[in-house]
Amino acid sequence: MIRHLLSAADLDHEQAIRFLDTAAELRALADRPIKKLPTLRGRTVVNLFFEDSTRTRISFEAAAKRLSADVINFSARGSSVSKGESLKDTALTLQAMGADAVVVRHQSSGAPHRLAASGWVDGSVVNAGDGTHEHPTQALLDAFTLRRHLAGGSGDLDGRRVTIVGDVLHSRVARSNALLLSTLGADVTLVAPPTLLPVGVDSWPVSTSYDLDATLAKADAVMMLRVQSERGANESFFPSARECSRRYGIDARRMALLPDHAIVLHPGPMNRGVEITAEVADSTRSVIVEQVSNGVAIRMAVLYLLLSGSDIVEQPEALPLVAAQEEAQEAFA
Amino acid sequence: MTSTDGAILIRGARLLGGEAGDLLLAEGVIAATGAAAAADAPVGTERVDADGLVALPGLVDLHTHLREPGREDAETVETGTLAAALGGFTAVHAMANTEPVADTAGVVEQVWRLGREAGWCDVHPVGAVTVGIAGQRLAELGAMADSAARVRVFSDDGHCVSDAVLMRRALEYVKAFDGVVAQHAQEPRLTDGAQMNEGELSGRLGLTGWPAVAEEAIVARDALLAAHVGSRLHVCHVSTEGSVEIIRWAKSKGWDVTAEVTPHHLLLTDELAASYDPVYKVNPPLRTEADVQVLRAGLADGTIDAVATDHAPHPVEDKECEWAAAAMGMLGLQTALSVVQEAMVDTGLLSWADVADRMSTRPARIGRVAGQGGSLATGDPANVVLVDPAARRVVHAGESASLSRNTPYVGRKLPGRVVATYLRGRATVLDGKPVEQRMGVGAGQ
Repeated sequence: MIRHLLSAADLDHEQAIRFLDTAAELRALADRPIKKLPTLRGRTVVNLFFEDSTRTRISFEAAAKRLSADVINFSARGSSVSKGESLKDTALTLQAMGADAVVVRHQSSGAPHRLAASGWVDGSVVNAGDGTHEHPTQALLDAFTLRRHLAGGSGDLDGRRVTIVGDVLHSRVARSNALLLSTLGADVTLVAPPTLLPVGVDSWPVSTSYDLDATLAKADAVMMLRVQSERGANESFFPSARECSRRYGIDARRMALLPDHAIVLHPGPMNRGVEITAEVADSTRSVIVEQVSNGVAIRMAVLYLLLSGSDIVEQPEALPLVAAQEEAQEAFA
Repeated sequence: MTSTDGAILIRGARLLGGEAGDLLLAEGVIAATGAAAAADAPVGTERVDADGLVALPGLVDLHTHLREPGREDAETVETGTLAAALGGFTAVHAMANTEPVADTAGVVEQVWRLGREAGWCDVHPVGAVTVGIAGQRLAELGAMADSAARVRVFSDDGHCVSDAVLMRRALEYVKAFDGVVAQHAQEPRLTDGAQMNEGELSGRLGLTGWPAVAEEAIVARDALLAAHVGSRLHVCHVSTEGSVEIIRWAKSKGWDVTAEVTPHHLLLTDELAASYDPVYKVNPPLRTEADVQVLRAGLADGTIDAVATDHAPHPVEDKECEWAAAAMGMLGLQTALSVVQEAMVDTGLLSWADVADRMSTRPARIGRVAGQGGSLATGDPANVVLVDPAARRVVHAGESASLSRNTPYVGRKLPGRVVATYLRGRATVLDGKPVEQRMGVGAGQ
């Protein structure tokens, strides 16, 4: 098993499936009255967030706590980072506290790589979103959600058509999804105005299009990305948020172009009325809320597999998840 | 023991990489060469066996950041010029982006004087084109030219003189004292927040791209401006295939445009950024393998006139951080000749005589530096470097004489070794080690 999760490219097909299968098993836990396993008792997980992200942080926090790990939350605001402490000193401080895993969110692309390669921390490093680079656990939870709806909850995404729409250039979610979903066999199409597709996207394992309507009729799923309106006003990537919305937002008319079985995803937080209308966000096709709960299961699987170095499927006796859970249930009863 | 003032007879060196011969250094000049050298050697002449070594004129760097005044934590004139001597240089041009900026006669004279006091090599301060390198109004270029430092090269390096009118005026103005404007060609709006070469890799790594066109647009504009006003333009650290083509075209028109390339742009590529290790972060950024090959060809055919190090020391904390927060720049003085040997000589693209041309003669001519850049002829100033081209070494950070450690070559095996450097007949480096004698302060010029 890999030691760090820095990029969706770190996962080959077999490993990606293992993460998804482990998450599937752990997700069943959410339906039980006691949502907790003793698996990571005595281990410490640090959430090191240099950038605000309440959603991702509480998702990792819930995942770690459900595995009985001790959780330390370190956010840049109100901490020594705002006093000019370096990434290195922050990392050394956390190391001195004995972190087994460091979940890092940082505004600079590659900061998790620096942590993992520098020797400043011994523990596993999990990339919880770095700059405009990657967000691999988001891609895993998206793949997990897609698999539940489009592939019966098992195996890979062979031949499923996924359209990712919006600001691909600045999206770490799009980068990680392009890599992971392709690894899992999906046909990924990135749809964006030409200004918001990265240079060199031709060499990515995806198709691209400037025309959203043309891709929808064949899509099994459409994933909307958040539009940051200041990219238009200040940086000229598009003329206005309204124009971006008209050309690359999803509304009821466009939703009707989708096949009946197709689903709509969004990594959140949404700009309702910009990239997605309320009508779509609240429709039966929308799996956006489910993505959040799947996110906890995926992050449990990530922490579990990185910290235990093995997996439930192959070694049921080593970590008897279900037995332990039943024991806990009985004790509770 | 070495005498600093006595005559020195260098025996059996391959002069400019050609036939083995002798050099007699006496009273600051090359007093005799060939068979006459031994015959003319006075009693008491020190003899240096240079069998197997290549003798070149002392190297001249057009582009060095010595950081003093202001950032003495990164480098001082003393440490930077020592690194230069160890790298085979007998003259460096100290860039103007210090604190305070070298935009007045006072600052350039201070740097010049510190160089004389250190004595490791000649220091020729570069004057800022604009006050505070802020790109708003011209600095007092004439005062710097007339100062004791006799500034002839003017540059806002680190920043581009992006305002076309200001650039035109600077080009025109320096004609009065035969100066040259050395442009850091970087269109600022196209490179806002840029972190690495714009290409497939920057897209994948999520790092803001620095597109080749941002360099090429300025190179083209400045070549046209220089032609329009009949002035001399020098292009700093050319890094792209397109820039080489534009400069070749400008030269074909007969315009007085010269250019330099750094050692690192001749050897390293943007693939190194995939490590996110900021030791590879530099401005202009490392480019693609195709760019490297065209830069090598451009240097070989003379389109690019000179190799210049862009030696850019930074303290550890400015590199030991995330990529975006890190400073741009890498060390170069102590590895320049080895990198050029690997990229240009061992590949058959340049002879050692060509190396002497690109690293000594032409940079001295561009900088209007008297007393440097000779051709090892009788009567030339006795600025000589002896190189062992057969040596191989693995670079380690500890060997840096610079106060900083940001060399991108750590762990890399490089060919060649500077054995000795002579500044006006006085050894600054012997057996690859500094000669701790300072009797030559102010000697010569």
